[in-house]
Amino acid sequence: MSELEITAGAGHAGLMEESPYGIPSGKLAMWCFVISDAVTFSAVLFAYGYLRIGSPDWSTPFQFSPTILNGIVMTFILLSSSLTMLAAVEAAKGRRKSACFGWLCATTLLGALFAVLHLREWGRMIDEGWRLFQNPTGGSVHFGAAFFSVTGLHLLHVIGGVCALSVIALGYRRDRYNPIDVEITGIYWHFVDLVWMFVFPLLYLMNAS
Amino acid sequence: MGKAFAVVLVIITVISTAVFIFHGQLLWLPEDISAHGHGIDHQLMETMAGSGFLFVLSQVLLGIFVWQSSDRSESRKIKTFPGGAKPMVVTAIVLVGLEILALSFVGSKVWAGIYLTPPDPGSMHIDLQAGQFAFYFRYAGADGKFGGLHPDKIDEGNGNFFGLDPANDVAARDDITSASLVIPVNRPIYLTMHSKDVIHSFYVRELRIQQDIVPGLLIPLHFTATKTGRYEIVCTQLCGLGHHNMRAYLEVMPEDQFDQWLKAKEAEQ
Amino acid sequence: MDNTLAKPAAHQHAPPEGFLRKYVFSVDHKVIGLQYYGLALVAVVIGMVLSWLMRVHLGWSTFPIPGLGKLSAAGAPDNIMTPEYYLSLMTMHGTIMVFFVLTNAPFSGFGNYFLPIQVGAADMAFPRMNMMSFWVTLVAFLVLMAAFFVPDGPPLSGWTAYAPLSAVGKDAGPGQALGQSLWGISIAIFCVGQLLGSLNFIATTLDLRTKGMSLARLPFSTWAWFITSVIGLLAFAVLLPACILLVLDRVAGTSFFIPSGLVISDRLQPHAGGSPLLWQHLFWFFGHPEVYIAILPAIGIVSHILPAFMRKPLLGPRVLVGCMAAIAFLSYMVWGHHMFVSGMNPFSALLFSVPTLVITIPATVAVLLWIGSVYGAKLRFTSASLFCLGFISVFISGGISGFFLAQPSIDTYLHATYFVVAHFHFVMGVAAIFAIFAGTYFWMPKMVGRMMNETLGKIHFWLTFVGVYCIFMPMHYLGLAGNVRRYSAFTDDFLVPLIPVHQFITIAALITGAAQFIFIFNLIWSRFRGPKAPDNPWQATSLEWSTSSPPPFDNFGGKQLVVHHEAYEYGVAGSAGDYVMQTSPEVVKAQ
Repeated sequence: MSELEITAGAGHAGLMEESPYGIPSGKLAMWCFVISDAVTFSAVLFAYGYLRIGSPDWSTPFQFSPTILNGIVMTFILLSSSLTMLAAVEAAKGRRKSACFGWLCATTLLGALFAVLHLREWGRMIDEGWRLFQNPTGGSVHFGAAFFSVTGLHLLHVIGGVCALSVIALGYRRDRYNPIDVEITGIYWHFVDLVWMFVFPLLYLMNAS
Repeated sequence: MGKAFAVVLVIITVISTAVFIFHGQLLWLPEDISAHGHGIDHQLMETMAGSGFLFVLSQVLLGIFVWQSSDRSESRKIKTFPGGAKPMVVTAIVLVGLEILALSFVGSKVWAGIYLTPPDPGSMHIDLQAGQFAFYFRYAGADGKFGGLHPDKIDEGNGNFFGLDPANDVAARDDITSASLVIPVNRPIYLTMHSKDVIHSFYVRELRIQQDIVPGLLIPLHFTATKTGRYEIVCTQLCGLGHHNMRAYLEVMPEDQFDQWLKAKEAEQ
Repeated sequence: MDNTLAKPAAHQHAPPEGFLRKYVFSVDHKVIGLQYYGLALVAVVIGMVLSWLMRVHLGWSTFPIPGLGKLSAAGAPDNIMTPEYYLSLMTMHGTIMVFFVLTNAPFSGFGNYFLPIQVGAADMAFPRMNMMSFWVTLVAFLVLMAAFFVPDGPPLSGWTAYAPLSAVGKDAGPGQALGQSLWGISIAIFCVGQLLGSLNFIATTLDLRTKGMSLARLPFSTWAWFITSVIGLLAFAVLLPACILLVLDRVAGTSFFIPSGLVISDRLQPHAGGSPLLWQHLFWFFGHPEVYIAILPAIGIVSHILPAFMRKPLLGPRVLVGCMAAIAFLSYMVWGHHMFVSGMNPFSALLFSVPTLVITIPATVAVLLWIGSVYGAKLRFTSASLFCLGFISVFISGGISGFFLAQPSIDTYLHATYFVVAHFHFVMGVAAIFAIFAGTYFWMPKMVGRMMNETLGKIHFWLTFVGVYCIFMPMHYLGLAGNVRRYSAFTDDFLVPLIPVHQFITIAALITGAAQFIFIFNLIWSRFRGPKAPDNPWQATSLEWSTSSPPPFDNFGGKQLVVHHEAYEYGVAGSAGDYVMQTSPEVVKAQ
C-alpha cells in the first residue's frame, strides 16, 4: 500500500469526507495523546515551580561530576535515540524492513541504556539519603519529592516507550505492523525526548551548585 | 400541554420572585454592621435587580412562546424570529456586556476596599488561630507585642492553645487568649489569621466578611464594626466532623466597656 | 493493529459471536455506549439515595434512619447518622454524581452510541481502545465503591478534597484513612479512561465522517461531544497528576500540599513546606472545565432534539456552535473564581472575575437562540421535548445565580453558602440531568427498538420539573440568609430558625426522588413490553434515523451513506414534506 493510500480519503474512492488534518487516525490520536501528556507534565512542573519558589531553603546539591555529567550523557543518549528513530521511520517508509528493524533495535537499546543510567543515578542518590520526603543536606524536603516525581514520571514514559518499541520492532519485522505504526511510535518517542529537554534544565541544571 | 407548561412556568417564576421581594427577616441578609458592608449590599441589590428582571423576562418569554407554539393547527404557519440570530447576539453582547462592565467597575472598587487596602494605622491588632474545631483569639497585652508561636508547645488541656512559650519568650507572657472575639465598636480591627491544622474559614454574616484561613500562611483581614452586639463567627471551610459546630462569638462593645473587659483579662494573666 | 483510516461500512470488524463478545467485552460502540449509560444509571441511583440520606439528616438530625446502621455501624450507631458519616455520604454523593453520572451519561454514554452513527461511520476509530476505556471507568467506579466498605469509611473532605484535610492521612479524623486514598486512586484511573475516550471521539469526528458530512453539517450533539473531548483531553490531564501527588502525600511521606508545623489530633505532623493552595490551583484548573464537560453535551443534546419537536431549525446554528466553542475556550481561564476567598492574592480575584463574567455572554446567546427558536414554532409535546423546554428554564435559573457568584465582592458573602449549592445543582444536578432524560426519551427507541411510554414520561416530567424548583429555589434564600454549606446539622443561632425550610426541601427531594422511579420503571418496562419502534418515530433528520431501530452491528447494514443536507432541515420551503433527512437525495429548490 502506498503512502498515498493510507492518508486521508484517497484510498476510499471518495466514500468519506476528507480529514481536516490529512493524517491517519492513529497518528492524530497519538498527537492528541502527546498534547494531553504535555499538559500532565506541565502540571507536575508547575507544582515543582510553585513549591520551589515558595521554599526559601531550596537545595542545589548537584555537582558537575557525577550528576550533571551523567545528565549530559543521558541527554546525548536520548537525542541519539531520536535520530535513530528518525532513521527507522525513513527506512520503514522506504520499505527497507531489515534496516528499519536495525534502527528500531538501536533506539530501543539507547532508551534502555538511558533508563539504566537513570536508575543507577537514583540508586546513588538514595544511598546518599535522598528520599521523596528526605533531604540529607538539610534543605527543603520538596527537592526529593519534586525530583523523584518528575524524573519518575518521565522514566515511566521511557520504560513504556522501550516496551512499545520492542513490540513494534518485532511486529514490523513479522509484517504485523506497517510503516504508519512505526511513525506513530516515533511521535511518542520524540515527545519523551522533548520532555527530557525540559526536565534536564529545570531539574538538573537549575539545581546545580 | 404547552399551555400547561407556560402556566406552570409563570407560576414558578412569580412565586420565586415574590419570595425574593417579600423575603421578610428570615430569608435575607442580616443587618450590616460593618464600615465596608454597604458596598457589598449595594452590589448585591444591583445584581439582584438586574438578574431578577432578566430572570422574569426570559422565563415569561419562554412561557409565552411555548403557549403560542402549542397551536398546531394547519392554518398556522411556522415563523422565524425576526432578524434571526443577529438580534440575539447583539442583545447578549450589549446587554450583558454593559452590565458586566458596570458591575466589574463598581465591584472591583468594593473588593479592593476590603482586601487590597492596607489596614488603618490605628488598628487594633488581634491574632486568630483556627483549629479543629474552635477559634481562639489573642491580644498582645500591655507590651503591645505578640509572643512567638511554637506548634510543638500546643497543650490544649492546659489552655495553651497557641503554643506560646512564656518561660523563654518575654513577649508571650502578657498575651491574652480569649475564646470570643471581643472588640470595641467603631475601631478598626486588624486580624492576622493562621490555622493549626487544616483549612478553616472566618465568616461573620453581619460584617459581610469571609476569608479562608490556610495552614502555612498568615492571612490578614481588617474591618470596622459599627454597631454593638453579639454576632456569630462560623467556620465555612470543611474541616472535619466538627465543622458544623465550629463557632465563636464576636462581641462588639462600647469603648469603655471594652477597656474594662481588657483590664479584667490582663489581671487574670 | 490497523492504523489506516477506518475502512468504510461493513469492513470494520465481523459481527461478534457469543454472549461475552456481544454484550460484555464488546468493541461495538453501541454496546459500549449502553454499558456507560447503565453504569451511570447505577451510579445515579446510589447518588440519589445518598442525597436522600443527607436531606433527611439535615431536616431531622436526630432521626434514626432505618437500616443505616447496617450500612455502617460506626457511621450510624443506633441508625442515627454521625456528623462524620454525613460528610462522607456528602463526599461520595458529589464524587459519584460529577464523575460517574454527569461525565458518563451525556458524554460517554450517548456520545459513544451516537457519535459514530451521526457522522455516518460503522464504529469509532479505535474500537478496542473504546472497550478499554469503559472497563477502565468501571474499575475506577469499583475502587470508589470500595471506600464504603473499608474500616474507617469513605472520605469526608468533599468531592473537592481540599488539602491538608485530604492529604494528611488518618490523623485528620474518620474517613481520612484508606477511604481517601481509594478516592484518589479511583479518580486517577477515571482520568485515564476519559483520556482514552477523548482520543476516540476526536479521531472519529475528524476522520470518519461519511461523504457529504462536512463539519458544518454535523448535528449539535456531535459538535458538543467533539468540543467536550477536547476540553477533557486537557482537563483530565491535570487532575491525574494532582491525584497522584495527593496519594503520594498520603502514603509516601511527601508534602506537596501539606505545610509544616501542623498539629492534628494532638500530633505534630512531620510534613514540611507544602501548599494547600497548590492543590486548589491544580484541582480547579481541572474542576472548572469539568463542569463544562458536564453541561456542553447537555446543551448539544437539547439543541439536537428541540428542532425535531418544533418542526423548524434552531436559530443561528453556526452561532450556537461558536458559543459552545467560546465557552470551552473561556473555561480554562476562570478557575480562580472558586478561590476568591481562598487566601490567594486578592488581586487575582479581579483577574479571574472578568473572564467568568464574560462567559455569561455566549451562555446568554445560547439561551436567547433557544427562546427565539421556540417563537413561531409548532411544538409537539412529548416527554423528550418537555424536558428540553424544562432544560431551558432551569439553565436560565442556574446561570443567573452564577452571575452573582462571579463577582468577588458578592462572593465574599455568598461563598460556601447554600446559594452556591443552589447554583451548581440547578446547572449540573438539574439542567444536565434534564438533558439526559430528554436524550433517553428521544433515543431509547433507537437504542433498544421499543418506544417508551409517553404517559409515564409526562407524569415523570411534571413531578420532576415542579419538584426540582421546590428543592433548589429555596436554597437561594437560605444562601442569602448566610446558611453555610457542608454542615451536617444546624446548631448555630442563626441557622436553627431555617431548619423548617430544610425540612420543606427534604420532603420535596424525597417526593421528586420517588418520581424518578417512574422513569426507571418506564425504561425497564418499555425495554421488554414497549411497542416496537419504527426507524424514524420522530420524523427527524439526522443520520441515526436513517437506519433501523436498533441499528445493525455495523450501523448501516453495509451501506455507505451519502449526506446531502444540513442537520435540521425542518419546514424547508420548497421541499416535498415538512422535513428533509440528511441522507435524502431530494433536491430542494431555493425559494
